[in-house]
Parts: sequence; structure tokens; C-alpha cells
Amino acid sequence: MARGEIVLGCLAPHPPHLVYADNPEQNEPFSEGGWETLRWGYQRLARKLKDIDYDTIVIFTPHWQTYIGTHFLGLPNFKSLSVDPIFPNLFRYHYDLNVDVELAEAMRDAASDAGIITKMMRNPDFRVDYGTITSCHLLNPDWDKQIVTISSNRNRHYYSVEVMNEQATALGEACARAVELSGRKVVMVASHSLSHRHFVEEAPLPEDMSREHIYNHSQYVWDMKMVDLMRAGNMREVIDLMPEFTEQTMAETEGGGLTWMMAAMGYPDYNAEIYGYQSVIGTGNVIAAWDPNEQSREVVL
Amino acid sequence: MSEGPVLFGVHVPPHPQPLLAHEQNEGWGRLRAAFEHCREQIELSGADILLVYSTTWPSIIGHQIQAHPEPEWVHVDDDFHFLGSMPYKFRMDTEFAEGYREAAEKRGLFARTVAYDGFPIDTGSVVALSLLNPNNRIPACIVSSNLYANRSETIVLGKAARDTLEAQGKKAVVVVVSSLSNRMFTEHIDPHEDRIHSQKDDDWNRKMLEFFADGRLEDISQLSREIHGQIRVSKVVAYKPIWWMAAVMGQHNNYAGQVHAYEALHGAGGAVISLSPTSHSIGDKEFDEDDVEFYRGDRDVLTQGMI
Repeated sequence: MARGEIVLGCLAPHPPHLVYADNPEQNEPFSEGGWETLRWGYQRLARKLKDIDYDTIVIFTPHWQTYIGTHFLGLPNFKSLSVDPIFPNLFRYHYDLNVDVELAEAMRDAASDAGIITKMMRNPDFRVDYGTITSCHLLNPDWDKQIVTISSNRNRHYYSVEVMNEQATALGEACARAVELSGRKVVMVASHSLSHRHFVEEAPLPEDMSREHIYNHSQYVWDMKMVDLMRAGNMREVIDLMPEFTEQTMAETEGGGLTWMMAAMGYPDYNAEIYGYQSVIGTGNVIAAWDPNEQSREVVL
Repeated sequence: MSEGPVLFGVHVPPHPQPLLAHEQNEGWGRLRAAFEHCREQIELSGADILLVYSTTWPSIIGHQIQAHPEPEWVHVDDDFHFLGSMPYKFRMDTEFAEGYREAAEKRGLFARTVAYDGFPIDTGSVVALSLLNPNNRIPACIVSSNLYANRSETIVLGKAARDTLEAQGKKAVVVVVSSLSNRMFTEHIDPHEDRIHSQKDDDWNRKMLEFFADGRLEDISQLSREIHGQIRVSKVVAYKPIWWMAAVMGQHNNYAGQVHAYEALHGAGGAVISLSPTSHSIGDKEFDEDDVEFYRGDRDVLTQGMI
């Protein structure tokens, strides 16, 4: 069996607003659009993914929050209705997704061997979180790939961002070892925003773009600092800055997704492909990808 | 004695063990028995509504109030999925929900009702309503816990609930769903080995229970920030449920408190407590934090300081 490999890493924010704005048939509410900078960026990245040969999307989501270790979806299929608890007016999505249980179990075993507390989730009534659904829908609207969903252990709440960074690093390295041994070609996805301070009020028409802007300038400056480092291929520095960035901007990086993905990919020193940056209800969101293949790597924006 | 709109208040933990696995640990069994005792008290109370504030229902866009007349689903907890599923079908007081939203808006809050098929009612609310009101004898209302809200906003939210009860002439049992100390073990444990996570957490929990038993609800409310700093994991900004509870129930110490059970729930402090209004008070403290009637939003401190 050939060695498995990570063929692409994606930073894929999951505001449900983006699915809402797209009006896919799976989502019940109807919108007049909105957040095109991000949606068009996602569409371009989704087209790139169509040209990449891969087997499985492995996604790390901050909206499956676990305090007792890291959990993995462990049944082959989940089909249900996902209603966003924060934005139920925007996101009521009928999903039907398939899980690469073999790879999930391999990742769980590798993580356990590394000393990480783990658990397989095998309750058929479990509702898959909307972070997983949103990011996967936007990256692969055809849903024709298996996924692995990994929960976000809340080390940050119990300890600190530094502990989160360490544990997410160990988990990323373990997952990379599992991918290698599996023979799979894998797209890794860290599903989250950058700065993450929301407005606590919503416009009567949520997609009214005249109301949309970043929560404050400090959040924007921090977000741009991170994006600049990504562009320059300084991912080691991004991870080193993670504690301060997360503290200063209430960033959704607190869940560990980007740290996990960068550790798994060996901290790329090449440029990230930037597909778009835009605020959603005040939070800062960048769509970015890291392509290990020099032949297909692009300067997108 | 109860001359106000609140017959009594109950403070219960959000964890699913008392509902799904009470036979696996004696303490979880005692919590289950305490829930059942409160259920009997609620059934005898003549309450028109169960008014629930749940710490496991976070909101961002203001304050969300459940208004689906019969929400129905099979809920599974994110951490304790292996304990089983929680099918539910509840009965909500939609008139109260709409009134609560209006009352909250009148006091300056951003609030909205939610009434969507399949809306994910949180673990804490499911556990509380399943055990305290298993046959939906009394209609309920659930209000969320806003992630960013702090003291003034939460107190005003509690007062808006009281406004609504008074306006609609309803008698309520108030239910707060919250742990005391909320640090769980970060590894899987044998149920028989459950205990409070640390001596410090246990000490603070027991001090809180002394206050509860003395009926000193307003004193606990005033100590909320200290309690949060000492024994609450920093998931949110404050130990808010006690502010809300005190505001709904009248902001005083005139209660007869009963601690029905106090046990560990995967390391967290879980207690079933009831507080009934009485004519006598206890405690001799006064506090210097302003009472708040109306929420005015951000103070724009940074903007005002600019030259």
C-alpha cells in the first residue's frame, strides 16, 4: 500500500450565513445573498478541490465541543436536520453524510498512543455539528467524499491557549501518522474564523451588507497580521503567536483547528493561497489553503 | 408564603447522569431522587409555568426564548453520548415567551423568540424538564444564556421575566440549570470513582450550599464574581445564572432554602436546591453595586476617551 498523504490543508470558516446566502436546496431559509467575497472565494477553492485526487476530508470543528478528551465520529452515515442554535433563522440544513470510520479509528488509535484522551462517538442519534456541515458543504457541495470529524477539546477553557496549542499539536502529529499509514489521500480542514467577536444584535434582514463590518479595528489589524504571515509562508510564527492572537481577538483559533492542521502538515514554509477575507456579523474570516504540491500551488489573491 | 409571582425556585445541575445513568453511581442516584422530590413539590405547587434559565443554552444574538409550542427531538450530549439518547417532547407557554420578549425589549435588551422544528434544545434544559415535569403537566419557557452578557444585562433579563409573570398574572416555579463548581475531569472515569474535582472546589461548593440553605440568594448573587473566579472554568464571563435567579425572585434573602442533594458529576459540583419565599431574612450585608432597571448597552468607553 502506498503511503498516505495530506494533499491540501484548508482554513475554512463556517458562519452559517454563507450557506444561507447560497440558498442550497438542503437549507430551509431563503436569502437574497450576501457575503459574496467569502462565497466566491469558497467557490474557487471548491473548483480547485475538484481537480485534486483525494479520498477523505478530515475536519476539526469547534462546534463539537468536548471537555473529556477528543472525540471522533464513529458510524458510517449520519442523516438528519441541523438547526443552528445561535442562528436558527439562517440555518436549518438537511444533511446526509458518510464517514470514513476506518480512518477515524486509525486517527483515534494514533492519538491514544500519543497519550491523548479519546473517544469514538457511536450513538446513531447524534446530531453532527453545524461547523462540520457548513465547511464541508462550501468546500464540496456535492458531498461525494467521506469525512472524518474530530471534536474540539476545550483545553483553552480548562487551562490556557498555550496548553491548547501543545495538545492540538500532538493531535495533529498523531493524525498525520495515521494518514501516512492509511494510504489515504486526505484534505485537512480547520473549520473556524480568525477574530471572533460578534455583534449581539442582528439586522432585520441578516444579509443587509450595509450593516456588515469587522467588530473593531483592533480585530482587523490582528487578522491582517495573521493573513500576512500566511501569505509569506511563516506558519511556525503564526502558531507561536497563537496565544496572544487568540487572547487579543477572542479568536476561534482557541479550539485548536489551525494549530492541529499546521502540526499535521509540518508547518508549511510556502505561501498560503488566500481565497478571501470578510467579516460575518463582526467576526473576521479568511479562506486559505496550503498546497504541498508546487505544481498546483497558486497565488490566488 | 408567596405573595409574588414566584412560588419557589430550584437550582439543578445540567449533566445527563441523573437522567440516563442514575443507577451507575450512588450520588447520581441521590441527585435523581432529589429531582423527583422537586418534581413532586412542583406538581403540588399550583404553578402556571416552569421558567427555565439554562447555562448550557448559549446565545450570541441577544437573548433567545423558546417559543415552539411542542418542541420534539432525540437529543444526544456532545461529551456523554455513550450514556444514551434523550428523546423529548415538551410543552411551551408561547404566550409567555412572546410576552417575555416584549418585556425584555422594553428594558433595553435585544431578545427574540425561536420556534423551529428540530431546534437543538440543550442538555441542561432537556434533563431538567424531563425530570421535573415528565408529563408536561405544566407548560414551560426556556431562556438562553448570552455569551457576552454580564451582570447588568443578566439582572435586567431576570427582571423582565418577573415583569412578564406579573403582567400575565402567572405563578411560576423558577428553574436555574447550572453546576456549582464546573470543572470536570478531563479523562473518562469509572462512575464509581466520581468525586468533586478538587478540595478547593468542594470547599467553595459547601460554602455556597450554606448560603443557599440559609436562603441568602441575594448574598450569593452579590458574591457571584468571586464564585466565578474561584471555582468556575472560564467558558463564559461570569456565574450568571444566580444573577438571573435573584432578579426574577426579588433580590433579597427572604427564603427558606433546602439542599436536597449535593454530589459530583464527573468532577463538577451538582446540587439540587430549592428556595421558597418566607417573611424572615438572614444576613447583615449591604452591597455597593448598583441595582439595574434598564440595559443601555455598551458604554462606548473607548470612543468617549478619544481626543
